[in-house]
Amino acid sequence: MKISNDTIIEMYEKMVKIRKFENRAMNLFAEGQFGGFVHLYIGEEAVATGVCESLRDDDYITSTHRGHGHIIAKGGDLKYMMAELYGKETGYCKGKGGSMHIADATKGILGANGIVGAGHNIATGAGLGIQYKGTDQVCACFFGDASTNQSTFHEGLNLASTWKLPVIFICENNGYGISVSQARHQNITDISQRAVSYNIPGITVDGNDVFAVFEAVSEAVARARKGQGPTLIECKTYRWRGHFEGDPTVYRPEGELEQWKKKDPIPRVEKYILENKVMTQAEMDKLNEKIDALVEEAVDFAQASKFPDVSSAVEDVYTDIVEEGRSR
Amino acid sequence: MRELTYGQGIKEGMRIKMLENPDVFIFGEDVGLFGGCFGVTAGLFEEFGEKRVRDTPISEGAIIGAAVGAAALGLRPIPELMFVDFATVGMDQLVNQAAKMRYMFGGKLKLPMVVRLPSGGGVAAAAQHSQSLEAWFTHVPGLKVVYPSNAQDAIGLMLTAIDDDNPVIYLENKTLYAVASQVEDEVKPIPLGKANIKREGNDVTIITYGKQVYDSLKAAEMLEKDGIDVEVIDLRSLYPLDTEAIFESVKKTHKVVIVSEEAKRGSYAGELAAIIADECFYECDAPIKRVCALNTPIPFSGVLESYVLPNADDVVQAVKSLF
Repeated sequence: MKISNDTIIEMYEKMVKIRKFENRAMNLFAEGQFGGFVHLYIGEEAVATGVCESLRDDDYITSTHRGHGHIIAKGGDLKYMMAELYGKETGYCKGKGGSMHIADATKGILGANGIVGAGHNIATGAGLGIQYKGTDQVCACFFGDASTNQSTFHEGLNLASTWKLPVIFICENNGYGISVSQARHQNITDISQRAVSYNIPGITVDGNDVFAVFEAVSEAVARARKGQGPTLIECKTYRWRGHFEGDPTVYRPEGELEQWKKKDPIPRVEKYILENKVMTQAEMDKLNEKIDALVEEAVDFAQASKFPDVSSAVEDVYTDIVEEGRSR
Repeated sequence: MRELTYGQGIKEGMRIKMLENPDVFIFGEDVGLFGGCFGVTAGLFEEFGEKRVRDTPISEGAIIGAAVGAAALGLRPIPELMFVDFATVGMDQLVNQAAKMRYMFGGKLKLPMVVRLPSGGGVAAAAQHSQSLEAWFTHVPGLKVVYPSNAQDAIGLMLTAIDDDNPVIYLENKTLYAVASQVEDEVKPIPLGKANIKREGNDVTIITYGKQVYDSLKAAEMLEKDGIDVEVIDLRSLYPLDTEAIFESVKKTHKVVIVSEEAKRGSYAGELAAIIADECFYECDAPIKRVCALNTPIPFSGVLESYVLPNADDVVQAVKSLF
């Protein structure tokens, strides 16, 4: 599959954007700038990027608790994301969602989700909605290896395959369900094998190779648009940080992280870009500087924004009912 | 006027909206070819076709989840779970997803969906097919909950529920499906949060809904013979709740009995009692009474089931205890 230079540059930009946003978020969290549960995507950038690059703006995604990368790759705005991490009124969710619940319906982002495995069924529902409306959109469903042990995995893939819904199931196999390694949480190595149960294509790709992800997902998207149903794509990858910020990661064998750092998806793309003269080093540096500025702009925006008025706490539970506020 | 059963009323409400709005569609276990476990959707598959009346696998998480996803895209799905008891399997999708997505996402999403959940005991269906779980749903901010007691209300509430931009839990009582009642030729939508005074009275207020409306009306007739003038309020909508109708009645009668089929512990009936105690304590000249099921699973054998479930005699006894 020939990937255009524009696409390669776009993917590189997205990956760097994710990495830099996450590094900044990591430091800000460590400084105590904001609290909550923050699950970082560092190390897995090629998956979200390769997937979302295969999608159109009007396609949908469902995300996970580790959602920043998906949202950035689908076109989320760093300013509103950072403001949401800070719990500010200008955040994507007006400070009501935080890191784990960022959504942007205008970009087809049906939400990050704090419940492991919840997306399987919601994505299937989005697929049903698309099929019902008769458009050629698709929905990509991100989920982790451990979520494939939830009943939702089976329910979602069973329904999506039976009804031939346009859903691409993207398993980010980063080797751990929180602290429990894959070998300790399921009796298989390749999760793509599970596709056999649903009579759908299932493939495993190197999740740290953005080109491999892009190619596999593009093919699955094409099938889905033609009404040929879902695909299960397992992307093997690794998270560099703990499950959440503050996780001491005592469960990692010595040397494992270092091994995976050697497979960092970003230098791999940089090497390709230079070798194939897609960009010069100077152009790449310039792009990096631009992204640094975007991240700083997001931080400034978040810090300068106001916290929400407390009266908003009782709004938006329903479209038409404002709940009672405090009387004391 | 015309005569319609409760089940036919539920169907008519859905059918009217399906004719009016192509975004309204039904799916669930055996709702299509088979016409629904209780026959409620009979004929709709033939009339609207498989796209709009779709049989699903027995997969409650997928049914509710599919509704959430489809609703997020702007459609108006009506998923049905065959028994409210099966909501347990789809509960994450209802409680953590449907109820919370709008709020969590800063008010940027609408989730118009009506979840039909056949409820209640009295049909020898035993412990896993007979529960009354309204307290679970009314407890969750983000859900609206309705519970019609007759065909007219079944239609009117369905019309409103389908047009509502929020997830609405539509509880149906299994023992009422075949109960016929008079219905207006053209039923108007009933606003959610509007109770119906089924019987006016001055001595005591019975607050109830669903099947217990009938038990309460029967009890009211029995009590009339003893000279007790009973008011019976059918809530119809459990959330939003018509607190105005409740408070007005309590201020008139000064005595309250709440009747529901739930296990009493942690019941919605308890919430009603608390609301009245909060707002109308000094208006009450007797304790607020609850008539509910016993705190057991619902047993199979008829003698045991009738022992556990509340009935008109229980209501009579509770009312008399206040005088």
